[in-house]
Amino acid sequence: MFRLEGVRYKNILDIESLLIPAGMVTSVVGESGSGKTTLLKLLNKLISPDRGSIFFNDKPFSEINSIELRRKVVMLSQSPAIFPGTVKHNLLIGLKFAEKPGATDQDLATILKFIHLSKDFEDDAEKLSGGEKQRLALGRVILLDPQVFMLDEPSSSLDEETEKLVMDKLVSHSRQKGKTLIMVTHAKKIAQAYSDKIIEIKNGREAVTCRK
Amino acid sequence: MQEIIQIQFWQMAAAYIFVLILMIIVKVKGIPREKEIALSTVRMTLQLILTGFVLVYLFENPHPLLVLLTLAIMQLFAISNIFKRVKTKLSHKLKKIIALAMVTGTLTSLLYFILVVINLSPWYEPRYFIPLAGMLIGNSMTGISLGVTRLVEGMNTQKKLVETALMLGATPKAASRQITDNAFDAAILPTINSMVGMGIVFLPGMMTGQILAGISPITAIEYQIAIMLGIVGSVALTVILFVQLGYKTFFNHEQQFEI
Repeated sequence: MFRLEGVRYKNILDIESLLIPAGMVTSVVGESGSGKTTLLKLLNKLISPDRGSIFFNDKPFSEINSIELRRKVVMLSQSPAIFPGTVKHNLLIGLKFAEKPGATDQDLATILKFIHLSKDFEDDAEKLSGGEKQRLALGRVILLDPQVFMLDEPSSSLDEETEKLVMDKLVSHSRQKGKTLIMVTHAKKIAQAYSDKIIEIKNGREAVTCRK
Repeated sequence: MQEIIQIQFWQMAAAYIFVLILMIIVKVKGIPREKEIALSTVRMTLQLILTGFVLVYLFENPHPLLVLLTLAIMQLFAISNIFKRVKTKLSHKLKKIIALAMVTGTLTSLLYFILVVINLSPWYEPRYFIPLAGMLIGNSMTGISLGVTRLVEGMNTQKKLVETALMLGATPKAASRQITDNAFDAAILPTINSMVGMGIVFLPGMMTGQILAGISPITAIEYQIAIMLGIVGSVALTVILFVQLGYKTFFNHEQQFEI
């Protein structure tokens, strides 16, 4: 799905070659500051490499429109922004940005259940706790139903129990629907438990690629 | 038309007593502002005297090139004033957009006003052209300064919102919509507020001037209404152009947010 060749970004990342397969769960692990988030941003075309090439389905990034790519490969940052307004507004705004048709209240209720968020549609999203905001942002991304989910520490603000519930659902959801899931995590335990492929980044270089 | 009372030199000098009173007050209160007050009074006096001579010369020698030159100088001053007034650092690209928006926005409204609303003949008649240009440019300058500040601040403080929107597949336009709307609002609001208070809370300067010069209040009001609408149009056009082009300077050709 993604192929990187000789990609260098400032002195943060220097990757000789890397493959991220389609339809699988890939985890990116490494110490903080090792360049994990930078890798996701490169794959989302939020930044461009100083040299080297990135391919998406064998097509070079230079030939792919950034916005079209981001609508197929949706990224969730580690501390996603919550937009001023209600829970419902925050769920629907992703669809609006991506210019996709809206969702029914039934769809939204299903999403809230999926992310274990027992809040009303009209609740003020900015008053939610850190963990609730993170789940709301995750729900917003799931609602978009992209080909690729790219999640940066999706469970970092969650307690262990909620983390397990959400991750179980998320992974089985993407497997069922044949999605590609790429997630950055600091927790090797999470990576081991859920991934088909683990990429470890050490000092900006992809050091080990191992399968479970 | 009534004969206007000519102010004698000593009468004008007597008006400076207001500044003296102000100086005494700040001195007594211990507010260290005497220097600024004195300096700004002297500046105001000298600038106006100089402007007076320039206007007398222009009115006595009406020539389209001289009028256009004056217009160009006014634009230059207004644009450099915007750059100075905005406290945040402006990119080269944004400065170009500010200049473009100012020139296009004010010139379009000015031409419409001169050619259609008052149907001036010849079009460059300095007695009309220069004060009208001054009012449109001055108000647009104030509006766009507020708009620039709000846009740059918005882009800086709401970086995370813009980035999140891009990650969700938003176009740069949609991602910065809230910020551009706020910038437009901040820029146009003072003009709208001044329309609301006009005639009740205060009598606008141009109208007061015309009435003092002996013109019938009805004629003065007709002019004031027309110029006020012209100002609204000019500020709105300038600011719309600015925000519609300005937000783009924060993104590159790959729709990446650069701040």
